[in-house]
Amino acid sequence: MPFRHKDLKQTIPNEVIVPKPVHHRFYGYGLPNINPEALIGTLIVIEGADGSGRSTQISLLVDWLESIGHATVQVGLKHSTLVSEELNKAQEGNILSHTTMSLFYATDFADQLENVIVPALKAGFVVLADRYIYTLMARDLVRGMDEAWLRNLYGIAVVPDAVFYLSVSPENLVQRNFAKKHSLDYWESGMDLGISRDMFDSFIKYQGMIREQFGRLQKIYGFTVIDGDKSIEEVNAELRKKIEAVLKRKSLNRRKND
Amino acid sequence: MKTFGEMGYPGRLIAVEGLDGSGKTTQIHLLQRWLEKQKLKVFFSEWNSSELVKSATSRGKKMFLLTPTTFSLIHATDFADRYDRHLLPLIRAGYIVLCDRYIFTAFARDVVRGCKPDWVRGIYSFAALPDIVFFFKTDLDVSLKRILDGRPQLKYYEAGMDMGYSNDPVTSFKIFQGKLLQEYVKMSNEFNFVEVNGNLCVEKQQAYVRKVVAEKINLLDYKQDRNILYLNKEKSEQ
Repeated sequence: MPFRHKDLKQTIPNEVIVPKPVHHRFYGYGLPNINPEALIGTLIVIEGADGSGRSTQISLLVDWLESIGHATVQVGLKHSTLVSEELNKAQEGNILSHTTMSLFYATDFADQLENVIVPALKAGFVVLADRYIYTLMARDLVRGMDEAWLRNLYGIAVVPDAVFYLSVSPENLVQRNFAKKHSLDYWESGMDLGISRDMFDSFIKYQGMIREQFGRLQKIYGFTVIDGDKSIEEVNAELRKKIEAVLKRKSLNRRKND
Repeated sequence: MKTFGEMGYPGRLIAVEGLDGSGKTTQIHLLQRWLEKQKLKVFFSEWNSSELVKSATSRGKKMFLLTPTTFSLIHATDFADRYDRHLLPLIRAGYIVLCDRYIFTAFARDVVRGCKPDWVRGIYSFAALPDIVFFFKTDLDVSLKRILDGRPQLKYYEAGMDMGYSNDPVTSFKIFQGKLLQEYVKMSNEFNFVEVNGNLCVEKQQAYVRKVVAEKINLLDYKQDRNILYLNKEKSEQ
């Protein structure tokens, strides 16, 4: 990615922004024995489908954040020591019910939340989360799980300082997935839902359904939507501008009421 | 929350709850034998026994990876797997399902570990209530003695060592069990537990358990050769 160095040179400021500690809170009942006010770091979430450019953007952001003086931790879904092995097995076999899968993912999320996100926030790090509870909720909602049940379940989550949703059209996602792996993923195509035996059809319809759920979740949780159909550079410039505002503790348009 | 019977399912679910050493496992085993001898359709399911989830749980326990939240969620995952794959389908097929521990074990343990009661209950809200819950209420000293006499090696989470009550496993176990007993007692009225005096001898307890089951469930409906009859009945009720 040759543009990176040139871009970064232009944006590295002489002074390091020192973020003021903010009071975090939980969405619901939260975690036992954790005072959310002790979480003095910054939690930034990047959401979006596979192929929306999340990981590319996150690696650029880590590079940039460290260059401007912020200790950064990355966290993603399904990487925990506790359950990732069994989760992979469960996915391969496709034998678990929606409720079971949902709780399995929630366990994985809780493990990362308590063992990675919370300690990093306590230490004042910038945490970049590659997906958060919203993807898990959107997937479950598409599969007919009860919204109130999900909101209670994920009431353990810390409210992030910013959530960016990389919105990419399903057609564009198909192209990017093919360019990357020449195949579509079974789960990202929603094949378990039986929408269509045709994977291409299923992918387009499923991603449309997920987008619709994200639209609903956006109204509840107030994400910042980023046009992910734009170029990597344009998306990254926009993210950096917005994250800089977050670090200066300026409110993004979505956080008027906080 | 409703029981399986109240929800119109043909099967029935009987659960046993209580502290370790309260005698519940012995009692449900004897109940199972009695029902099987009558040629009834019976299925037995144990807490924390779903094949796939179990390996994650035991790794978590061995490596001390579990927090109150993940301890709660991984047991809920295990329960959901058994509920959706075994309990509910069998209940729909007109079985008497026997459960050694049900959601109340989670309600007691997770709350003692510091999870919010409403959060835990919300998570398990997908499950119907048992038609009968036997609560084996034993004096704390009696259940402690049964466990401590027979099995001196207490496991870390079983003894509640993660709670930091004490560095001594036996002391920690006693404190933890005492708190669990308080939670069970609090739930007893709310969930209509049938209390069994766990201090009595095995036979007296079993006689009472069988009497309650025979009173509350029309056992003839669950004969193995009644399949067709039952399916028809289910249809006509709809």
